[in-house]
Amino acid sequence: MRLIFQIIYTILTNGYMYGYFSGKIYKGTTKYTCVPGLNCYSCPGALASCPLGALQMALNKREIEIPFAVLGFFFIFGSILGRFVCGWLCPFGLVQDLLHKIPLFSKRKQLPYHSVLKYGKYIVLFGMVIVGSAFLFTGFVKIPAFCKYLCPSGTFMGAIPLLSGNEQLRMQIGGLFYWKLGILLFLLSISMKVYRPFCQYLCPLGAIYGWFNRFSLVQIYWEKDACTACMACQKACPIDLPPEKISVSTECIRCGQCVKACQAKCLRLRK
Amino acid sequence: MSYWQIFRKKKIEFPWWLVGTGIGAAFLMVGFFYGQLEEIYQKAIMICLECIGIG
Repeated sequence: MRLIFQIIYTILTNGYMYGYFSGKIYKGTTKYTCVPGLNCYSCPGALASCPLGALQMALNKREIEIPFAVLGFFFIFGSILGRFVCGWLCPFGLVQDLLHKIPLFSKRKQLPYHSVLKYGKYIVLFGMVIVGSAFLFTGFVKIPAFCKYLCPSGTFMGAIPLLSGNEQLRMQIGGLFYWKLGILLFLLSISMKVYRPFCQYLCPLGAIYGWFNRFSLVQIYWEKDACTACMACQKACPIDLPPEKISVSTECIRCGQCVKACQAKCLRLRK
Repeated sequence: MSYWQIFRKKKIEFPWWLVGTGIGAAFLMVGFFYGQLEEIYQKAIMICLECIGIG
């Protein structure tokens, strides 16, 4: 059910079909708003804006001002959904989910040194999205450091369809594009073995929404007294969370696998 | 009553998510009056060369 939901949501939010054929992007009024997930606004089909792109754009100004509108989107999406956004509403999460289903390699839930590597997303958030965008210059112009040097969603959803449909843009391809393409291919190939490596270790949106997980409306509740400690939930959890940590963890993407696996019905996904 | 029960009870009693949503709505209004939604739109309707790796 989650996979179908993810596919329908991705099609609905990237449904400007003319863009894919013409190599142009949508310019309608829905781009005043941000989608909750990592969805590059340079994707030819994108009907709304990327919240991380919008945040960096605000920090790229000559005089830094508080990005109220983007913070507003983060607070609303985060407070209601938390990292449910990652599990159900992120197009790049869907891509990684689909790749992880390919039965090519033995699967791993996490990379070695997970307990250290999981803090990578906070380093990306503060180092690239906030500090990088506010203080990194190319000449006299500030740059959106995360979008420019790391974002695999921009390469996958923006660059590849745009460049394949637009010859003028294709002629400008240089080293930076190949750097980003390398990152994308690296992450996509790891996704076949490890569950959502970008989301677990690098995604700054996950770092933001993780903070809301503790008190968001969409929650997974655990009834300790009813729990038989069979650990079926932890086995089913794609990121190996034990039941006592599911509710409060900043890592849980609310996929609902634990709820489905629980025979004692002591876990429940509730709005 | 266990720590977990107290924690969960408190969480149900006080809807922090509603406070967060209210703060978000207030931020969005302030951003709207500062013209930040227009800025988001202006950025989003132009191809972001950095995003696609040629800028």
